[in-house]
This record gives sequence, C-alpha cells and structure tokens, in this order.
Amino acid sequence: MDKSIEVHNLTVSYHSKPVLWDVDFTLPKGKIIGIVGPNGSGKTTMLKTIMGLLDADSGYTEIFGQPLDKVRERVSYVPQRESVDWDFPADVMDVVLMGRYRKNNLFKRITKEDRRIATEALEKVNLLEFAHRQISQLSGGQQQRVFIARSLAQQADIYLMDEPFVGVDAATEDAILKLLRDMKNEGKTVVIVHHDLQTANEYFDWIVLLNTRLVAAGPKEEVFTKELLQEAYGGRLTVLSKLGDIIGSTEFPLREPEFKEDKPEE
Amino acid sequence: MDPIFLKVVVGTTLLASSSAVVGTFSYLKGQSLVGDAIAHALLPGVVLAFMLGDGKNPAYLILGALVSGLIAHYGIAFIQNRTKLKSDTAVSLVLSTFFGFGIMLMSVVQQRGQGQQAGLERYLLGKAAAITMLDVYTFSALALLLLLGVALFYKGFQLMTFNEDFAHAIGLPVGLIRVTFTVLTVLAVTIGIQTVGVVLMAALLITPAAAARAWTKSLPQMIVLAAVFSAISAILGTLISSAITKMPTGPWIVIILGLIGFTSLFIAPEKGWLFKRKRALENRSKINRENIMKLMYRQEEKRGLGNKLTGPQILSIRAMREDALRVGLKDLKKRLWIIEHIDGFSLTDLGRVEGRRVVRLHRLWELYLTERLGMAPDHIHPQAETMEHVITPEIEALLIKELGMPERDPHKSLIPYENE
Repeated sequence: MDKSIEVHNLTVSYHSKPVLWDVDFTLPKGKIIGIVGPNGSGKTTMLKTIMGLLDADSGYTEIFGQPLDKVRERVSYVPQRESVDWDFPADVMDVVLMGRYRKNNLFKRITKEDRRIATEALEKVNLLEFAHRQISQLSGGQQQRVFIARSLAQQADIYLMDEPFVGVDAATEDAILKLLRDMKNEGKTVVIVHHDLQTANEYFDWIVLLNTRLVAAGPKEEVFTKELLQEAYGGRLTVLSKLGDIIGSTEFPLREPEFKEDKPEE
Repeated sequence: MDPIFLKVVVGTTLLASSSAVVGTFSYLKGQSLVGDAIAHALLPGVVLAFMLGDGKNPAYLILGALVSGLIAHYGIAFIQNRTKLKSDTAVSLVLSTFFGFGIMLMSVVQQRGQGQQAGLERYLLGKAAAITMLDVYTFSALALLLLLGVALFYKGFQLMTFNEDFAHAIGLPVGLIRVTFTVLTVLAVTIGIQTVGVVLMAALLITPAAAARAWTKSLPQMIVLAAVFSAISAILGTLISSAITKMPTGPWIVIILGLIGFTSLFIAPEKGWLFKRKRALENRSKINRENIMKLMYRQEEKRGLGNKLTGPQILSIRAMREDALRVGLKDLKKRLWIIEHIDGFSLTDLGRVEGRRVVRLHRLWELYLTERLGMAPDHIHPQAETMEHVITPEIEALLIKELGMPERDPHKSLIPYENE
C-alpha cells in the first residue's frame, strides 16, 4: 500500500489530560478518508497533532514517509470554520490568497500567478461571483467553501479538513462532495474529521474509528461493522477515562524524554 | 511658521500615526488591553534607565522601556499559559504591579533630589512641548522603522491575526512574526508615551483602529484610516495646546481622537447608530406601506376591481395609527400605486401588483407553516403578518417551488399569482 500518513504510538494530552492514547495507524494515498468518532474522542486533536499544532507526549507522525517540516508545501489544512472571527476586515479573495502564503514569500508581494491560482480555486467551489464580498456577509456554507478554496490554492497533495460538513447547507454539502471526488480522481488524498455516523459510510472510502484510543482503521467495509461502531460510540472505557482524570488532576508527566528514540533514523 | 511648533507637530504626528498602525492589529486580535498594560509596565524601565543613565539621552530610555515592556509582555503570556487565570486577570496583575514599581522608583528619584526629575514626570501624562530636537529625530526614525516593519510583515501579521493555526500549518515562522509584533508594539508604546504619557497610551493604540473599523471593511484601508485619524488628532491637539497657554498636548490629542471615535460609531455606514436608526425607519415605512396595499387588494377581492376606500374606512378595517396611515398614503400616491378620488382611494395597476404580491406571500407562508412545520391553521396568522414583509423574491421562488405552486392557502383563500 502506498502510504500517505503514518501515526506511530501517538499519545497527546490537553491541559495535561490525555486525549489520545497510544494511537497507531497508517493511511493509504489517493483515498477519501474519514476520522470518525463521537464528541470529545480526540479527532481534532489528532488532526492538529499531524499538522504540528499540538505537541505529542510520545509517538510521532509522518507524511509521505517524512516529518511534516520536509513536506509542508504538499500538505494543506482546513481548520474548523468556527475557529476564526469572520468579522475580520477581509474579502473572499483576501482569504483565498492566504493559501498562497509560504515561508519563502512572506516578505514578498502577491503575484499575478497567485491571483490566477486563487481565482481558479474560487471557481472550483462556485464562489467566483463572491470574490469581493466581505467574509462577514457570507453564509456558513459559503464560509466553509472559502476555507476549502484557500486550501485548494495551496496546490497540495494531501488535504486535512476539520469538520467541513458542520453547519453547511445541502448545496454546499453536494459541492464539497463533488470536489472531494474530483480531488481523489487527481490522485490527491483527503482526510476529513467527521462526527456524523449517518453520512460517514457514504462519504468515505477508508475510515479511522477513534474514541480516545484507536478502535479500528481500514477500508470502510471492514470498519463499518456493528461491533466496531458500538465499541467506538458505546461510551468511553471506564478505566481509560478514570486514569486520564487522575493524570490530569495530578499533572503527572506523560512525556517520556526519550520518546524520539524509537523513531527510525533517517 | 514657528520652527519649535513645527517640530512638535511633525514629531507628534509621526508618533501618533505609527502607534495607530500597530494598534490596528492589537485591536483586531482583541488585545486592546495589552497595549495599556505594556504602557504602564514601561514606567519602571524608563525610571531605571533614567537613574542609571544621564536622563537626557533618548537611547537609554528606549532601551529601558523596551526591556521593561518585553518582560511585561512575556509575563502576561507566562501567567496565561501556566495558570488558570483569565487573560484580563493576567493583564491587570502585570499592569498594576509594574506601574506600582515604577511609581515607587520615581519617588526614590525624587528623594535623591536628582535634578531633572521634572523630565521624568512627562512619562506619566506626556509633555509633547518638552520634546527636544534629538527626541524628534530619534522618535521619528523609530516611527518610520515601525511603519516599515508593519509593511514588511503585513502578510504575516494579517494571517496571524485572522487565523494563527493556519499560519502555523503552512509553515510560516510564527515565532518570528510573534516576536516582531511584540517588539513593534513595545516600540510604538515607547515612542507614544513621549506625547501622551503612560496613562493615556491605550487611546493612541486602540481608538484610531476602532474609529477606522467603523468606516471600512478592508484591512489596508483600515490601517491608513487609523493613521490619518491619529495624524489629524495630533495636529489639532498640538494647535490647541499652543494656542491656549498651559494647555497640555497629550490629553488634547486623546480628546480629539475620542471625538473622532465616537462620531465614527455614531454616523458610520452600516455599523453606525445613525444608519441602524435609518434602517429601522425604512423597515417601519415598508411594513406600513405593504399593510395598506394588502388591505386594499383584499377589499378589491371582496368588492370588485376599482373599489374605493376612504381613510376612516381603512382605519375601521385595520387598526393603525392615523398619522402612519396619512404618511403611508402620501408615500403610495407618490409611487403611483394608488389614486386619490373625491370619494376615496383606489389601486392603480402598479399598486395591484404590489398588493397581490403581499397577499400572495402571506398566504404562501401560511401554507408553508401548516404543511411543513405542522402548525394548526388557527395559529399561523400572526407569524405570516411579519414574514410577508421579510420574504425576498428569491425565497418566494423557493416557497412556490417547494409547495408546488399551490392554489389555495390553509383558509381556502385563493393564492393570487401574476398572469404571465
């Protein structure tokens, strides 16, 4: 199997309380992959750790067999829509152009090429006519499509999206789904954090079932079984959550200083 | 023009506008108070620099202020990250402790009887008139440096303010951007307190941004506008304080800024109070107008085309204020929606289309409520009274499509369509 993302024995905590316990899986390339689990199961934490926004206590992740920093320009990230203040003074084009920002052009002006790519991205999400609309005047679905356009403008090979289907209208949902399939046909990999079981089976080829620990990961036919779903959604494991509470309240250190050592030498 | 006066004007204008430019980002980040805290926290650094240096050289003061301000900034960040205190608590804690320490140091200087103690007091409330030529050069250079810094880091600051996680995710040097912003903020405050002093500094950072935000929705425009507002205040403030003896410059600058700020909030388009008021009035007259048209159309339905109604007759059918009716009828006549005859008003063809539209929306909405929301037919009328004024042509088309171009409403009344 061609690998896109590898997650090795990953443990991550939030406010010193573990949210992900020893999670380990490998994802294929060129598929639409869902990270699925109930609320508070660590899905967003998983995504943020892969993107290097959170530090792991132990374990590590790799993308295309390399640490994130070496492949950053091939990776695109779509944060949750609610994570930003949409009252910010910017229009749709301004935000999509942010997808063209790079470490090596931070001090440079936006080029014509950047604008061309951003315009194409807007066209793909059907927002071209809104290019100069203030972002504060957009509907929830339109905001989500702006975020996706910004991500498309990055021209990456793998896309990580945090709950892109939350609070969007049916038209946006269809538009996003169609886009995802197009991306897949171009050989791109899309990883989506998703909480809704009803639609997960329809949207994804491959599913990671998460509930603080890894319940299952694999092709959806193998993972979407009654037993596994029950395991993921049937409440948290009592022992795990009690242990988590203790570690949180005593601020017990989870970080093993030597954890990087089990990472293979490059 | 008096060269001393000119010197002060140029100095204060540059100082004030560069603070406003940096302040725009603080404002957008929701960190309006941080600038205030840093300003207060500069005091001990300034006084220490004064005690150790010769008190005249601005370089010592800048260095002292910079160190003190950075310690305060990272102190706030440290408290926020390591404790469960809310950010406003962390900010106040650092602000008051540093300021107290600064005041304490000042009284030490005073007791020692160091000669130029008068020079120190200007940092509390600012004293633009006391600016020396060296000060003007130094601080103007710093102000230009600030503007350059913001221009260079524009993309970084913009993305950090809007969506820091994304900046991080695409591999921007977030640490560098953050440190640069902090240093620029501290520098802006350092040079700003020359004019308005520690206590009024927050006004110089935040008020121009808040005023500019009311007028524009574009970040570059907002930055320029904030700088312009600040420059105007600086020039006017200096003018007033030089025209009237014993008038302080700093407070005048802040007062004028405040006036600009409040005026902006009051009259600005869309977000301003005046605009909201105007929109409320427009909505009310639209409702009034549509109610009269609906009433006249329904009377035509009952009594036949060209039916005439007098003012009192309208009032007997629908309770409304007499003056509202009078204003409404006048408006409708002007729109050529009704004609006034000797014995009453009747609809024109144009008016009939409008009346039909309102009645159609009312009945469509009633049907939607019963069919889609399962409401009982005797509960839907009040809701439809409101919605008939709100529904846009777009939503109307959706309603018709979803209900399949229905013929009758839940009360069995005919839903009137335009005959194409």
